[in-house]
Amino acid sequence: MRVTVKLFARLRDLTGAAELTREVAPPATAATVWQGLVDEFPRLAEYDRAISVAINADYAQMAAPVADGDEVVFLPPVSGG
Amino acid sequence: MVVPLTAVTPEVLVVGALSAAVADAAGAHGAVASFVGLVRGSNQGREVRFLEYEAYEPLAVRSLERIRDEARAEWPSAVLGIHHRTGRLALGEASVIIVAASPHRADAFAACRYAIERIKQIVPIWKHEHFEGGDVWLEGTTVDPDDEAARRAAYKTACA
Repeated sequence: MRVTVKLFARLRDLTGAAELTREVAPPATAATVWQGLVDEFPRLAEYDRAISVAINADYAQMAAPVADGDEVVFLPPVSGG
Repeated sequence: MVVPLTAVTPEVLVVGALSAAVADAAGAHGAVASFVGLVRGSNQGREVRFLEYEAYEPLAVRSLERIRDEARAEWPSAVLGIHHRTGRLALGEASVIIVAASPHRADAFAACRYAIERIKQIVPIWKHEHFEGGDVWLEGTTVDPDDEAARRAAYKTACA
């Protein structure tokens, strides 16, 4: 199945991509998608314990399942205000 | 023009317009408190040139709405408005404005403070700081919107 991955802030700088489409084998979770990205872009590993994830514009757990067509967004620690 | 109570926008923030919208939504409340966050010229010893704010907009708006809901649960008579800016901001420009109306000042001040503390915890917005000699993404808090301890800490700060 295919998911759309969006990356923000420094995650985008590290990968050079704001948006990617990736093929993942079901059953997959957000963590599966993240691990695939880390394999592809090893510098992302420093965020293993610091990222949050949103699926279809709603916060989710890394253990949450992803489905075909989902938008999976990885968020580095926030700094608004 | 209708001013929404929550917004993530590249437009210049106008506290008077949000204040009028909040006062209008609140009715004849006795107190309005506001907070304005500005781009600082100095950060951690660096001479800041400008900031770029980036948001994951749909979730940022939802998160601001969530903060309004949380504040309503804590201070049922308070009405909150929150606007956050995105894009390139010069020194001294407003990056965030918060307005809280309530029948009495204590709740207005508390709701206002609560909102800025929660923004820093759960809203997917990032500062890209451009300073003399380089640039850096600022990274604060890993978001966990269901972290009740963090929410309580924001509440305690608001009521201190």
